[in-house]
Amino acid sequence: MTLAVDVAAVHKVFNGGRPNQVDALSDVSLQVSSGEFVSLIGPSGCGKSTLLRLIADLLQPTKGTIAVNDKLPRQARLDQDYGMAFQQAGLFEWRTVAKNIELPLELKGWDKDKRRARAQEMLELVKLPDRADAMPWQLSGGQQQRIAIARALAAHPSLLLMDEPFGALDEMTREHMQAELLRICAATQTTVVFVTHSIPEAVYLSDRVVVMSAGPGRITSIVSVGLGSGRDENTREAKQFYEKITEVREGLRGGHAIEGQKIKGVDDR
Amino acid sequence: MNAVARRVRAVLPPIVFGALFLAAWEAFVTWRDIKPFVLVKPSKVWSAGLDNLQRIADAMEVTGTNALIGLVAGTLLGCLVALLAAGVRWVGELVNPVAVAVNAIPIVVLIALFTRLYEADSETPRRIMSTLAAFFVVFINVSRGLRQSSPTQLELMRSFAASPRQQFVKVRLPNAMSFLFTGIRVAAPLTVITAVVAEYFGGNRNGLGASISGFLSISKKDVGLAYVAGASVLGLLFFGFAAVLEYVAVPWQRRRDSR
Repeated sequence: MTLAVDVAAVHKVFNGGRPNQVDALSDVSLQVSSGEFVSLIGPSGCGKSTLLRLIADLLQPTKGTIAVNDKLPRQARLDQDYGMAFQQAGLFEWRTVAKNIELPLELKGWDKDKRRARAQEMLELVKLPDRADAMPWQLSGGQQQRIAIARALAAHPSLLLMDEPFGALDEMTREHMQAELLRICAATQTTVVFVTHSIPEAVYLSDRVVVMSAGPGRITSIVSVGLGSGRDENTREAKQFYEKITEVREGLRGGHAIEGQKIKGVDDR
Repeated sequence: MNAVARRVRAVLPPIVFGALFLAAWEAFVTWRDIKPFVLVKPSKVWSAGLDNLQRIADAMEVTGTNALIGLVAGTLLGCLVALLAAGVRWVGELVNPVAVAVNAIPIVVLIALFTRLYEADSETPRRIMSTLAAFFVVFINVSRGLRQSSPTQLELMRSFAASPRQQFVKVRLPNAMSFLFTGIRVAAPLTVITAVVAEYFGGNRNGLGASISGFLSISKKDVGLAYVAGASVLGLLFFGFAAVLEYVAVPWQRRRDSR
């Protein structure tokens, strides 16, 4: 299997040499296979968002190397090999929904008809086919996040990088969006690296859950989930689901060594 | 029906408060038998207003024209300078501190200065003052809009490999547009106030400010206050127009504010 992401012995230091120096990541190595769904979970300050931004070439590593589709992250970014979605949908308020989805294509110089057709295709993928001409502020939070995902996938990237995309949604919408994301990824064969605070979310979505801890940020364990491709609402009540949640929770505690204490910033409902 | 009820509930309290205030004022003046050269009754102001309706309307037109010219010129100038300051580094470094410094000068001082530079019957100094008042508000707002885009939107543009030029045209400029309309909403009534106050410093006696100062000083307080009411109406018209403009042009802005 080919590698979508290859992070090798990466260190990231912010404000190096100054009194406010932060060791955000220390000796982090991670390989993500093509088509895989990998979640990064850990307490605040464990560097999971930093790791995502290093892969996206929004930050540069202090030491170590990163490859995305066997390219330097910068080249992968220029080639629009990946799409990104954040906690805030970050839709452009002055653009219609369709024009938001078209933006990455517009920047690449696609002609108008092709862009329109692709936007409609993406709207159908996220099941909002008749909202093309709506303005972002006319949509609910969950709908806005769907449009953000549609935009991230508009250029048909092979990799989707997501930073707590459902963090601002209510629980019901959130579970629905998780199921939708799995459907979309299965339909598009997209590799996903997904940052989250929620253990059930990570377990439900992922092939593997990467457990991280803070001070300095590092990977403490990797849990293979393997709930299979037929996940549905019943999966959330399955024994294996709970076993994996426990395994991830223990992984998170292992990085801290204090038994029974709730780990700051991690939602273990 | 529910929407109408909500609208009524929003509008009713200020109207009731205003009516009660005028009634209390009227009653107070009658009860204490206060002389008209100290404080006049609202009913006197009302009848003085009706008697002088045409003249007040003419004065509103004069002052309103000055304010409108100032608003339009100041807005254009504010946008132009904000764009230059954001786009050309040395212009920004030059303009920003100067704008802050000039803005700190009391506007009254500048009025006195400009009035002496022009003929006694010229409307130009008043228009310049209104222009300056609108300019600072619009310049500051548009500059902020050009600088402050949402971090998520900027990260997204970077992830799309957008060039700095694309980022400017597709994110910073449209973002500044919504700040522009907020700036116009703040600047609009300000230009009216400035145009009125500018008339206190000499020149033609045809506008609201000149009439207010004239009638108040010759103890025709009822007529003077009727002109003040005219100035309020003019300010509200400007504000209302700018608020509607904002609502239509950047409908998301209101929602962002109320969030």
